[in-house]
Amino acid sequence: MTAPSVLSVSQLNTYIKSIIDGDMNLANIFVCGEISNFTDHYRTGHFYFTLKDKDSSVRAVMFRTANQRLKFRPENGMNVIARGRISVFERDGQYQLYIDDMQPDGLGALNFAFEQLKNKLAAEGLFDQNRKKAIPKYPERIGVITSPTGAAIQDIINVLSRRFPLARIIRCPVQVQGTSAAPQIVDAIQRFNAGSYADVLIVGRGGGSLEELWAFNEESVARAVSGSKIPVISAVGHETDFTICDFVADLRAPTPSAAAELATPEIFEQKSYITAMRYRCGKSVQDEIRHQRERLSRLQASPGLTSPVMVIESYRQRLDGYLSSMQACLDMKISGGRNTLAVLSSKLDTLSPLKVLGRGYALAYCSGTLLHDAAAVEPGSDIEVKLEKGKLFCSVKSVEKQN
Amino acid sequence: MKKQTYEESIKKLEDIVKTLEEGSKPLEETLKLFEEGTKLAVFCSSCLDNAEQRIIELSSLESGENADAE
Repeated sequence: MTAPSVLSVSQLNTYIKSIIDGDMNLANIFVCGEISNFTDHYRTGHFYFTLKDKDSSVRAVMFRTANQRLKFRPENGMNVIARGRISVFERDGQYQLYIDDMQPDGLGALNFAFEQLKNKLAAEGLFDQNRKKAIPKYPERIGVITSPTGAAIQDIINVLSRRFPLARIIRCPVQVQGTSAAPQIVDAIQRFNAGSYADVLIVGRGGGSLEELWAFNEESVARAVSGSKIPVISAVGHETDFTICDFVADLRAPTPSAAAELATPEIFEQKSYITAMRYRCGKSVQDEIRHQRERLSRLQASPGLTSPVMVIESYRQRLDGYLSSMQACLDMKISGGRNTLAVLSSKLDTLSPLKVLGRGYALAYCSGTLLHDAAAVEPGSDIEVKLEKGKLFCSVKSVEKQN
Repeated sequence: MKKQTYEESIKKLEDIVKTLEEGSKPLEETLKLFEEGTKLAVFCSSCLDNAEQRIIELSSLESGENADAE
């Protein structure tokens, strides 16, 4: 630019841009500040915002390809350290910070992301106790989603073989760190669910740094775990490591070995349990038999069964009773009859004509007919006179009639 | 007939023990239950005694290669 000349706005902006782009000091810089006016462009997915401090501000943009790698979600008011370059947006003549990477100032980005996701899922109720599915007591098929090469798979197999060899182990090898870890874990959980291939799933890995354990803090993994119909035991890292996966899982195991223990009963305990139940079965039957025996002996001790003679005697007594009352009835009838007969006989006796003859009276018959009236005979008739003792055959001399 | 599983068997055994201990069944049924309970206990024990850890891959179940994969 030796002589003054008139530039178009575009020429000016292009020139400024070339100067700024050419300054190596601005090609890779770290800038700290507070995010404001944050917009997540709904169509392109690019982030646009302003970074500011107490006194000034600078426009910033983070393209989708870069912001997809962020573990946390930027928010207004958040203090961040951004890494990027300065360039010019020629259309507006505006210089901007083009951000490649960014992390929260203060906390590490991962810690920050962890807290954010934890709060989000907690608010959705994904950690609620009432969402937790029961771990089956006697699983037949245990799905194990972990690295095929890590110590975790060996620990799990060792514990399962010792405790409950009855269960079949179904392995699904996945990467447990790096960018493909989360999608592989999600896929494995979904594949197990698709065919109901297991009764319980153990998802996990051995210990590592927060970065190495990160897949288990991914939202996609958390959602796959909480969406699993098969109960999930989370077993990530060591006792002190907590991951989002631990919170959404139906059961958290402090280590992979512990997960295997939590998933299964102990075979020796099972054996003694079965023995105990067998004993209880037998005892119940013995109790029942004793009970029935007591019932039987109570019945046997009843008088009816102890002396049948007595029972017969009592029947006999009753029978005798009936007989004697029958007899009494009969006797009464007979003696009543006798009395009546005696009365009637004495009455008859008093009426007997022979008794009258005994007192000196006589009976006179004519031709066999008892005479009551003297007029019934004529003088000269033959009559018969009966006395108390003997008879007289007489001829009537005369008749004295009585009117 | 469906294969008898350890879990089903031990649950049935638990139910039988419970019924027996309630003592509410007639003697004939008690004896029948006892017989069944004993069989289940023997079955469960033999499951445990004969168990050998089997390890298979999910992919083999998915492709139906594994014959005893129900």
